[in-house]
Amino acid sequence: MASLPPLNPERDAAFRALFAERIVILDGAMGSLIQAFNLTGKDFRSGDLAAHGHDLKGNNDLLSITRPDIIEEIHHRYFHAGADIVETNTFSATAIAQADYHLEGKVTEINLAAVACARRAASAVESERPGRRCLVAGAIGPLNRTLSMSPDVNRPDYRAVTWNQVVAAYTEQVRALVSGGVDALLVETIFDTLNCKAALFAIESVFEDVGGRLPVMISVTITDASGRTLSGQTTEAFYNSIRHANPFSVGINCALGGRAMRPYIEELSRISTCYVSCYPNAGLPNAFGGYDETPEEMASIMREFAASGLVNLVGGCCGSTPDHISAIAAAVRGLPARKLPVAETSMRLSGLEPLIVA
Amino acid sequence: MSNPPSRNASGFLVIGERTNLTGSPKFAKAIKAGDWTAAIEIARQQVDSGANILDINVDEALIDGEATMVKFLNLIASEPDIARIPVMLDSSKWSVLEAGLQCLQGKGIVNSISLKDGEAEFLRRARLLTRYGAAAVVMAFDEQGQAATRDDKVRICTRAYRLLVDKVGFLPEDIVFDPNILTVATGIEEHANYAVDFFEATRIIKETLPHAKVSGGVSNVSFSFRGNNPVREAMHTAFLYHAIRQGLDMAIVNAGMLGVYDEIDPVLRERVDDVLFNRRADATERLVRLADELKASAGTGPKSEAKDELAWRNAPVEERLKHALVKGIDAFVEEDTEECRSRYARPLDIIEGPLMDGMRVVGDLFGAGKMFLPQVVKSARVMKKSVAYLTPFMEAEKQAAAARGESTRSQGRILTATVKGDVHDIGKNIVGVVLACNNYEVVDLGVMVPSDKIIAKAREIQADVIGVSGLITPSLDEMVHVAKELQREKFDIPLLIGGATTSPAHTAVKIAPEYPGGVVHVLDASRVVNVVSALLSPERKPAFMEDVRTKQQKQREDFAARRARKPLLSLEVARSRRPSYDWNAVDIPKPEFLGTRVYRDVPLGEILPFIDWSPFFSAWEIHGRYPRIFDDPAIGAEAKRLFNDAQVLLGRIVNEKLFTANAVIGFWPCNAVGDDIEICADESRRQVVATFHQLRQQLEKPADQFNHCLADYIAPKDSGRIDYCGGFAVTAGHGVAELAAEFRAHNDDYSAILSQALGDRLAEAMAEMFHKRAREFCGYGKTENLSHDDLIRERYRGIRPAPGYPACPDHTEKPGLFALLNATAAAGIILTESCAMQPASSVSGWYFNHPDSKYFGVGKLGRDQVTDYSRRKGQTLVETEHWLGPYLDYETS
Repeated sequence: MASLPPLNPERDAAFRALFAERIVILDGAMGSLIQAFNLTGKDFRSGDLAAHGHDLKGNNDLLSITRPDIIEEIHHRYFHAGADIVETNTFSATAIAQADYHLEGKVTEINLAAVACARRAASAVESERPGRRCLVAGAIGPLNRTLSMSPDVNRPDYRAVTWNQVVAAYTEQVRALVSGGVDALLVETIFDTLNCKAALFAIESVFEDVGGRLPVMISVTITDASGRTLSGQTTEAFYNSIRHANPFSVGINCALGGRAMRPYIEELSRISTCYVSCYPNAGLPNAFGGYDETPEEMASIMREFAASGLVNLVGGCCGSTPDHISAIAAAVRGLPARKLPVAETSMRLSGLEPLIVA
Repeated sequence: MSNPPSRNASGFLVIGERTNLTGSPKFAKAIKAGDWTAAIEIARQQVDSGANILDINVDEALIDGEATMVKFLNLIASEPDIARIPVMLDSSKWSVLEAGLQCLQGKGIVNSISLKDGEAEFLRRARLLTRYGAAAVVMAFDEQGQAATRDDKVRICTRAYRLLVDKVGFLPEDIVFDPNILTVATGIEEHANYAVDFFEATRIIKETLPHAKVSGGVSNVSFSFRGNNPVREAMHTAFLYHAIRQGLDMAIVNAGMLGVYDEIDPVLRERVDDVLFNRRADATERLVRLADELKASAGTGPKSEAKDELAWRNAPVEERLKHALVKGIDAFVEEDTEECRSRYARPLDIIEGPLMDGMRVVGDLFGAGKMFLPQVVKSARVMKKSVAYLTPFMEAEKQAAAARGESTRSQGRILTATVKGDVHDIGKNIVGVVLACNNYEVVDLGVMVPSDKIIAKAREIQADVIGVSGLITPSLDEMVHVAKELQREKFDIPLLIGGATTSPAHTAVKIAPEYPGGVVHVLDASRVVNVVSALLSPERKPAFMEDVRTKQQKQREDFAARRARKPLLSLEVARSRRPSYDWNAVDIPKPEFLGTRVYRDVPLGEILPFIDWSPFFSAWEIHGRYPRIFDDPAIGAEAKRLFNDAQVLLGRIVNEKLFTANAVIGFWPCNAVGDDIEICADESRRQVVATFHQLRQQLEKPADQFNHCLADYIAPKDSGRIDYCGGFAVTAGHGVAELAAEFRAHNDDYSAILSQALGDRLAEAMAEMFHKRAREFCGYGKTENLSHDDLIRERYRGIRPAPGYPACPDHTEKPGLFALLNATAAAGIILTESCAMQPASSVSGWYFNHPDSKYFGVGKLGRDQVTDYSRRKGQTLVETEHWLGPYLDYETS
């Protein structure tokens, strides 16, 4: 396993070189930009989807097939705003999530189309601006079914999905993302660690099948000020649960705004022997479900994180826009990236809380 | 509690062994009987008694190991106090281990893999483990069998280590060797050196295989003394003591059955060590002889697992009090307090000593998120009972002191009150309990307290801090008034602001500027102790207030900036963006009756199915959606306990008819005129008997959205059609205050708060229930087929907005509605001067039947609309601005 070579040695080297050199910039939200296009139900249908018997509006991942122009344009805007890495439009592109739209059969096509959109945008910007390196991370989102929590209070031992189903769903997605040609995989917005572990299990199986590896990035969501994931783990317990995957980076995204995220980023920064990422929402949701943090506000928070030596990769999640990313990129420019600590040799176990055996 | 003493000393980890079918008859019995509750309790006891890792083994010939492992792991996953520690999956079947790995979100240890089935299978399993993410116990076992001697143990472990590290890429720190703890004192010559072999193998493994760990199952060593627990306990204790010195990192032991090496009876200890170190040929014989003597003298022999539950009663009285406080057990508190009295010079020493020590632990656990509010309130109940027991003694002492001319004083004196016009006090009561727990003296003025009373009382008792609370929006203005009055009366003690409607922003913008003495917004009860202790500390107060003031300044700037950022639409434009309907086509149902109907003494049992429990938990600062909240790993268990307590009390309330529920509903012909709704005496519509004034959203919205106003849902007069509007006022509150007072009189704040929270739930449920009836009276409700969840989520046609809430934020619409319903006479609900309803557990509002009607928030209001609205209402502009204060988008002059 550890001996598998990189799938694409040249791009892998470029990816690693970027992180070795400076703080890397990730893109921002996709959904809010899509919203601004005021799409109608028709935009979600083309070709064989025209007669699909189920409502498709709101299935944003589908737009990579039906309106690739829009997805490509959004990637384009983020690259222009200063993002080094954009995430593919595949947050819900698994058979389990797509079952809501009766589109289980479209998963591979959706992922391939999404990678193609991102790659086209990356190539376009790279040729517009010689010397720039534009990278693509395959986004792997959470599922609406969880492996460590029961949806039925009267049956706490019940699970709405099995490990094998989750692994199969992620395997299908990862296989498509890898064959489409992403530079890295990003398992994100993790609120149930067991789902994440199943995704990591699937990723390793695909790597073994294709005979090569990509950098694996992992980003957890700390739900609220309790400092825990929705499934109840502390930040460090989570880190201990995923450390076996030998991640390229680990970090926190979504939920809390950057300000409230700080103690958990600081904790990850202290314990993680890999790179640390942080891409929060643009503040906490306001009364209307929107996000109020301005690009300047968000950038100043990120700048402080960078100045404190906490982060290697920064970007935005819900509510962030190209303006936010551009402000963040400007704010961290010139600040040194977090240094990787020396590898440690403690046994790191966890339940909901960490247990370290020196 | 969280760390066994042995770990503090050496970093040694205890792996709880009682959740093991082969080793624990009690666990075996529970699993075989399908008594999962009992099985979970055994796991909990292991954690409580200090296990760092939980070993789970369900190997038994007649049990489906995979299914049982999965079920048990899933069950303990929803018990946060168990699931906090890592799991050791223990099985001789790989399929059971793998099924277990698929249930663990944490990183656990698999027990075990070995070379027993050959190198290929060993490597395959190890590779899978790296993919699942688990550490592994590797048994000193190979194709030839189990290693018994030191050299075999070391040889096999070394071979396994090299394979794992070099071939698999297994992290060396994730390898835990089990070099086999084998039974000694069997009488068989070859077994005599087994303990020594283990000690020495452990030392060599730790020295030569970097980062690897060593573990073992200790109970094996004493197997020949089954039935003689004192000897077994001594053997385990001694074995561990020696093995840890050789580098043993962890062991599977009964966490509750571990002693201290130095405390073993010296004769027994020596005989045990003789056996373990194989020091003399007759070592076994001598230990067996001693064991028989011990057994004879002990008579019935030692403790069973069951006695653990009351084991804490054997601790010193201070520890017992602490335990009772942390666990909220009030059964023994009076006898323990009495016992303390004989040991402490003064009753106050008991409060400041053991009781406060216990409450400090509670406070720390609460602060760290390891205890939740309902538990804290239960702890407070224990504390209060103890204090109540001590009170007569303290009174006597005080009188004696007063006779000598001395005085006594608590940490600080806090005055609390719900402001004038407001009757809501659940949150304030919780704050009072939490403060009292921390030895603050809390003087509570109750509800509807005018500012002059607050000021007079503050002066009288020389309060150190004043806390005011409120739930309805007019209370915000009253708080501003309190602040102004405090300033006018030249107070300089801090003012705390709390309650559902308050916010840091409102406090910063509206209240703090009025009172230089310092105004602090307190988000919830969990913060109040920090705030008060900072405010009462002369050293910490300046920095704390400086920080508060800086934050408030920033909030004022943000507020100003935000206001500037998003201008509102003019009222004229907002009106032009109303939704328009083809009134000839809109379905307007005619109610079965016009006028009002009164329902008195509504049977409480009929209301129960309409209860929405989610807000009940919010009232306790436990947030989550019912019933999913029970699955929450952090708060689920406590939510469940709280819910169960609520069910018991609710049962009592229903059976003993402790609350009285009344309701009145009505329907009237009406039409909309502009943004007003005119209610007519009859269908001829010649006489207008009441006008309900509505407000319109002025926020700029996307092109496809409307600027809503409730009047839009009623047919305009010029449409020519008759429309019908309904109204209701319901209460479940008669009896709530009395029941709460009764509990308080017995020092049971927990049940008092529970009663109030249940009153509120019943009132809301009544509103839901009568809305359903109202929809049926209008016809369309008769064909509804809604689940409970659909009801709670309001998935039906029609709405019932309440004056004072987001769609119609003006509380002064209530008097008109009450007059029309004759609600005070019909249901016994009174309106206060702030238009709060009394009793507090009451709900009133309108019914709208329009098929498109939905809830919305009016949001911020411009000066143009407020001027227009005050003219329509016949109020002065100042009056209207006072009532709509928090909604104004402009500064009033």
